[in-house]
Amino acid sequence: MKINSPLDAYKYLPGTNCGRCGEDTCMAFASHLIDRSKSGEDCLPMVEEDKYAKKLEELEKLLAPEIREVTIGTGEKSVTIGGDDVLFRHKLTFFNKTAYAYDVTDTMDEKELEERINTIQTFKKFYVGEFLNLDMVAVRCVSGKPDTFASTVKKVIGLTELPLVLCSFDPAVLKAALEVAADKKPLMYAANQENWKEVAGLAKEYEVPVTLFAPNDLDLLKSMAKTFAELGIEDLVLDPGTFPTGRELKTTFENFLKIRRAGIDGDGEIAYPIMAVPLTAWMAYDDDVSASYWETVVASVLTVKYGDIMIMHSIEPYALLPEMHLRDTIYTDPRKPVTVDPGVWEVGSPTADSPIIVTTNFALTYYTVESDISSNKIDCYIVVADTEGIGVEAAVAGGQLTADKIKKTLENAKFDLKEKTNYNTVILPGLSARLQGDVEDKVGSRVLIGSADSGRLPGWLEKNWPPQDK
Amino acid sequence: MSDKLKLSDLNSILKDLDVESLEGVTIEGDIELDIQGGGGMNPAMAYALGHEAAQISLHVANIARMLGYPVDQLFAQCLGAGGETAALQAEPAIEELLQAKFDVARSSEWNTPIQEVTLGATSADGGSRGHTITLGGEKAMPFYFDAEMPNRNYVTMDVFDMPISMAKSVKSNYEDVMGDPAEWAKKVVNEYNADMVTIHLISTDPLINDTPAKEAAKVVEDVLQAVDVPIVIGGSGNPQKDPEVLEKAAEVAEGERALLASASLNLDYERVAKAATDYGHAVLSWTQLEINAQKELNRKLMKQCNVPRDSIVMDPTTAALGYGLDYAYSNMERIRLSALMGDDELNFPMSSGTTNAWGARESWMKESPLKEDSDWGPREYRGPIWEIVTGLALALAGNDMFMMMHPTSVQVLKEITQTLYGNIEAKNPDITNWITAEV
Repeated sequence: MKINSPLDAYKYLPGTNCGRCGEDTCMAFASHLIDRSKSGEDCLPMVEEDKYAKKLEELEKLLAPEIREVTIGTGEKSVTIGGDDVLFRHKLTFFNKTAYAYDVTDTMDEKELEERINTIQTFKKFYVGEFLNLDMVAVRCVSGKPDTFASTVKKVIGLTELPLVLCSFDPAVLKAALEVAADKKPLMYAANQENWKEVAGLAKEYEVPVTLFAPNDLDLLKSMAKTFAELGIEDLVLDPGTFPTGRELKTTFENFLKIRRAGIDGDGEIAYPIMAVPLTAWMAYDDDVSASYWETVVASVLTVKYGDIMIMHSIEPYALLPEMHLRDTIYTDPRKPVTVDPGVWEVGSPTADSPIIVTTNFALTYYTVESDISSNKIDCYIVVADTEGIGVEAAVAGGQLTADKIKKTLENAKFDLKEKTNYNTVILPGLSARLQGDVEDKVGSRVLIGSADSGRLPGWLEKNWPPQDK
Repeated sequence: MSDKLKLSDLNSILKDLDVESLEGVTIEGDIELDIQGGGGMNPAMAYALGHEAAQISLHVANIARMLGYPVDQLFAQCLGAGGETAALQAEPAIEELLQAKFDVARSSEWNTPIQEVTLGATSADGGSRGHTITLGGEKAMPFYFDAEMPNRNYVTMDVFDMPISMAKSVKSNYEDVMGDPAEWAKKVVNEYNADMVTIHLISTDPLINDTPAKEAAKVVEDVLQAVDVPIVIGGSGNPQKDPEVLEKAAEVAEGERALLASASLNLDYERVAKAATDYGHAVLSWTQLEINAQKELNRKLMKQCNVPRDSIVMDPTTAALGYGLDYAYSNMERIRLSALMGDDELNFPMSSGTTNAWGARESWMKESPLKEDSDWGPREYRGPIWEIVTGLALALAGNDMFMMMHPTSVQVLKEITQTLYGNIEAKNPDITNWITAEV
């Protein structure tokens, strides 16, 4: 965005402090515009009253992210990529996590196609209160035949709501696919030095976003982007080529850095989302495990620095899990609080016979414990001690998790163990075993030492709960 | 009809005419077209006008066709095309790509190189190492084009002074050497290509074996005998015992320029620092994910303990992928950016306990404890990639040295970091038509 202080944004607002946006003052609203948690359209008077129309338009221009946002697909599963304003996540946050597409081809038999798509669209991994998922399907035209490709694309549309990337350099093939898929707003891949005129025509005719491919030629890439923009095609994605190994991979990495730095620094002609194709790793390695490993490695590098969308091949869990987690790592908002509220919380419908499990208020720890328990349908109480957002092991070492803290948590929640439970027993995390005696003294209850990893709590409870003698 | 029309006006008049309404239409006189813009027309305008003109010719042709004139024949004659109405399709009027030159500035903010720290000493410098290793010296973020990176990343592999519990897929590599640190060290250097060895004296922990410091120091001597790479000496992590253990170890390793791991704010860092300066070693300055604590400890080591700048390496803490790597990553990135911009309390090479990745359940558990999760697949492949991706993310944040465990992880992490460093030559496949690749 072109402005960076709330004062700059405030100048464009009505200044009436009407409060309809949910903020008390226009100045407070302005600060939300700058941190991008609210947008110009959240100011209802500016939207409704004609006299503000021009100011709203000017304001939105100033607030627009440096990197253009491009939306692919329609409906709930559509993905938006781009939209970044900074080069380092701690300076604000990165927006619109990298979209991960996995490939299918038009030469796959029906069964294989169905299985792959099913894996892509159902793969999920629980993490901090929600599921990590995959985003897109890239359909590659290997047959070279427009009809074959179009019929595969049609099948894919029948199998999934996920947005598509349609991959071919042949305009006739792309056209055939767009005839059946254009209303799903797929991403066209790709225009290159040879076919750009025809592909530009298709992008206009079918109104779909399009990728520009110029392997290791940033002048050409910029030249194509400039040309397409002049033609009125601005939903663009840039692919500077992903060379899978050696010095060319180093150059690929540098190209990503250069494009993004230029875009954030204000070169609007190249300020579009960037595509990586780690799938090329499969062209450099023969055996599946090596190829899959290297693909994950290339994807990791380009997820960290600055890929916005990428096409990959391996759908092995050992590739998908680290990819999804790394993406989450990079795109998690660093401004988000890392803690949950301390207190005594119920999981399921606990009774006086249910276990009482102690943990910390570090969000990651809490959600891990909570999901391990609720996933196994165990009713219990979780005592969340205020460890200032530090995990169990470090909090024991650093003195943030103590017997006093646990006692205080119970007292503040007015949770009397003797009154509310039948066993007067708490379960400490395995990594805080050394607090056992102290907790027994201070809390006045029996203390059991649970498993070191809460994933093993269900099995541990089976053996150790209820406690032997009341 | 007026005498003068803008092209677009004509078009909008004509486009409303459909076949039925054409009855009785008369077209009188010449239609004068006023095309604005002239020679200075930009390509987009030219395209727009071309588009309008083509649309008009389409409409006019339709009218002519309605009037019974053999339009298509005429076009075929004029354009030399075989009956196709090629001229009627709206082709982009831009025939050549618009010229553009890509350019981006090198960073002007990064004006302070990272301190270089050399580990290990050869016989020329009073040690017995076969070679030395130099960390740091960067003038830009890692692998960036702004400035050449002077030193590559290095991997030091973990060796323990007693058998310990570890993930199955890690353990299977070390079963034959567990309990024999010297053999273990040889194995990681000779078979797994470790650049360095870290000997962890964990048996010294009073809660484990309480091995006396003097006895533990002998293990350090054994390792120095067994391999000739530079070494890192680690304690047990017990803040009461570690200073003593590191003192004794530093003494027996005098002149070898080892890295003592570590000094921290929650132990007697002065003793550790003194052990380093007295016996010619470097010291690892370890803090827990807190940039200000890192500054404080570095300042104390320099000002209060007189540790020379070329003898400090930082460990700002590594949290595993999925378990706080986002903090670890941004913490390192901020430290490195501040250092490059001139913060002399953060201007040191960094080290990562990448081994921490093995604490993540995804790296070692047989299957997900959550019923809702998709199948996690075989853990033999999950573990090493967890360690690789954890380390790789931190390499991109500016980390210089990696403490690691699994041989596959070490091999792949070295391959990718040295590729980005520019050390790896490889013949690349032709990716211009990757779409049709058989994979």
